[in-house]
Amino acid sequence: MATEILMPALSPTMEEGTLAKWLVKEGDTVSSGDIMAEIETDKATMEFEAVDEGIIGKILIDEGTEGVKVNTPIAVLIEEGESADDIEASSAPAPAALSGEEGKAASPATASTPDAPPTPSVDLSPDYPEGTTMKEQTVREALRDAMAEEMRRDDTVFLMGEEVAEYQGAYKVSQGLLDEFGSKRVIDTPITEHGFAGIGVGAAFGGLRPIVEFMTWNFAMQAIDQILNSAAKTLYMSGGQMGAPMVFRGPNGAAARVGAQHSQDYAAWYMQVPGLKVVMPYSAADAKGLMKTAIRDNNPVCFLENEILYGRSFEVPDMDDFTVPFGKARIWREGSDVTIVSFGIGMQYALEAADKLAEDGISAEVLDLRTIRPMDTGAIINSVMKTNRCVTVEEGWPQGSVGSYISSVIMQEAFDYLDAPVINCTGKDVPMPYAANLEKHALITTDEVIAAVKQVTYR
Amino acid sequence: MAARKAAKKPNVSAEELQGYYRDMLLIRRFEEKAGQLYGMGLIGGFCHLYIGQEAVVVGLEAAAEEGDKRITSYRDHGHMLACGMDPNGVMAELTGREGGYSKGKGGSMHMFSKEKHFYGGHGIVAAQVPLGAGLAFSDMYKGNDRVTFTYFGDGAANQGQVYEAYNMAELWMLPCIFVIENNQYAMGTSTQRSTKSPSYWERGAAYGIPGEEVDGMDVLAVKAAGAKAVAHCRAGKGPYILEIKTYRYRGHSMSDPAKYRTREEVQKMRDERDPIEAVRSMLLTGKHATEEDLKAIDKEIKEIVNASAEFAKESPEPALEELWTDIYAAETAPQNA
Repeated sequence: MATEILMPALSPTMEEGTLAKWLVKEGDTVSSGDIMAEIETDKATMEFEAVDEGIIGKILIDEGTEGVKVNTPIAVLIEEGESADDIEASSAPAPAALSGEEGKAASPATASTPDAPPTPSVDLSPDYPEGTTMKEQTVREALRDAMAEEMRRDDTVFLMGEEVAEYQGAYKVSQGLLDEFGSKRVIDTPITEHGFAGIGVGAAFGGLRPIVEFMTWNFAMQAIDQILNSAAKTLYMSGGQMGAPMVFRGPNGAAARVGAQHSQDYAAWYMQVPGLKVVMPYSAADAKGLMKTAIRDNNPVCFLENEILYGRSFEVPDMDDFTVPFGKARIWREGSDVTIVSFGIGMQYALEAADKLAEDGISAEVLDLRTIRPMDTGAIINSVMKTNRCVTVEEGWPQGSVGSYISSVIMQEAFDYLDAPVINCTGKDVPMPYAANLEKHALITTDEVIAAVKQVTYR
Repeated sequence: MAARKAAKKPNVSAEELQGYYRDMLLIRRFEEKAGQLYGMGLIGGFCHLYIGQEAVVVGLEAAAEEGDKRITSYRDHGHMLACGMDPNGVMAELTGREGGYSKGKGGSMHMFSKEKHFYGGHGIVAAQVPLGAGLAFSDMYKGNDRVTFTYFGDGAANQGQVYEAYNMAELWMLPCIFVIENNQYAMGTSTQRSTKSPSYWERGAAYGIPGEEVDGMDVLAVKAAGAKAVAHCRAGKGPYILEIKTYRYRGHSMSDPAKYRTREEVQKMRDERDPIEAVRSMLLTGKHATEEDLKAIDKEIKEIVNASAEFAKESPEPALEELWTDIYAAETAPQNA
């Protein structure tokens, strides 16, 4: 059967090209792999190979012709005993361009109309039953307990990272885990973040539930390709067949006097990535409840801890199985004049500021996001509809901050409720300096939060 | 390499040889068809063909058992066909259709099959190497004797994470076969222009990993080396490196004019070292098959490939709702899963 040879697309962007040269002539026999022509694309001159066997019955486009559109018939391939004219009868129309409706699919979460936002349904339920006994615990102990409980619950959970086992954790978060679970499940790695993060993701593909500790999130920069390209995207790329149920964890943000390369807050970086969940707890109770949820979650979770908070004590519910759901903010104090939204160590400044503001008669509502992705924007909107003012507090840099995203959400969903522009209190737009006085200035301060609140409340 | 003769294996059966012929031919014809569909605009973006390298995956799959895992780069169509994935599903993924392995959301470089233990299909050069070591880790952790074939090219072999993975694979004795498909060009840069230590498998020695070089145009040699590597891993002796010398006939991707090598070099490979021709000639000279037998196989393959192309054209584009699915898995794990 005679077939048309069509002008090929030879690059992802090619729409037309020049038929530079024919290397065969009418009557020539070709077989698969023979080079028939040279075609100039927008980028290069490419050789065009035959796919089928046959005889060149007719050349339809002369060499040297420019602007030949992709899929234009350029020659006719015939079989022994056929004539080129047979193509008229057997020719099928050139394949249509990919069909498909123009336009975009609607986002599942569409913004409500600005002048009449429905009150978002917000989950204000407590994380544990009333009357639960509480115990004093540091964030460090809470994280360890969470990991230990989940490792007892599920044999496929294991911890790997630098100094997690014999050294008992660079920051002692994994203290005692080697003794209880052994070296099969608490694994010291060499200092190769890129490699062991990838091994962790592969192990998750293989059906395990790894907890990969980075000594700090600064070092995870070496591994960010594995976190984003391998862990976060595989579920989507595989059409839902497989993903990476795992936790990447470690201290994030500035510690104290450790300089620019060891002092960065990655909340805004990871927050941007669909497929990841991002958790940044402040209290020990949240650290514990969220870590347990993170380990059970079937998705890759970036768990951003904080070295300064590790040693801080909080009340933790004394329960067999205490978990905190993702995507649920916590109201630390209720207020009516302004909403302060923060997370992680930023909460320390937010709460201190709220205490001092109360002395001046300003009632601040303080919201702890706890998870940055999914983000409980409903709780933010709900609170702003009540207070009409908002200040965000975080340690990270200002451009593309978590706060700037929150500001845009508020503007789109509760613009008419705002009595003042939202102010983002962030770390200064500088690499972290070493000098004690400069570092203090580079970080967010309680005074700056107070000043921002006074500005939005016009005091 | 060109001077080396295909190893004569006296006890290879007609059935086995015909199987290799068939499996390699399926990959070649499938890839030629993919190239054609690309030319017609039905396949978009990047498309990396496996033509010339067929003996590598077919030989190694002959050494694999049920439950063994495999993972590779973006030049992945051959691996999927060789491990038994459905040509229709692969071709429909290339055309970005609902019937594709990833429902059209992965494309040529990103396909997976849990059923066939094929873990992708990865687009970042060498990222699949630690991932493969991690898959092997999961089998070691579970205490079974399955092995993972971790494929990468000579280009990837210069990436740092490969050596991080080597180090940990030997340290933890992971059942991982690192398969370097050395096709001699990392896109347009030849191995000679990439490194002063072109014998990639020997680099394993620095980590205590044994390995060997294999003639990748000889499917029987590949199978024999694969069997040796598999036995090593299954016995709990840790990882093994196979550097398989092969050659890709086509450009790096569809848009590569391949000006970094001469047409004569490619033609010489095709004429003298073609892995499919080698098996064909073995079949005929050894009287394991007649011309008619082979014609029947050719016809059968052509039908499979044409059917896959038809399926890939007719399968509808994914529903727009698919844009929003498979971003997150269902929330939590069952207890002691």
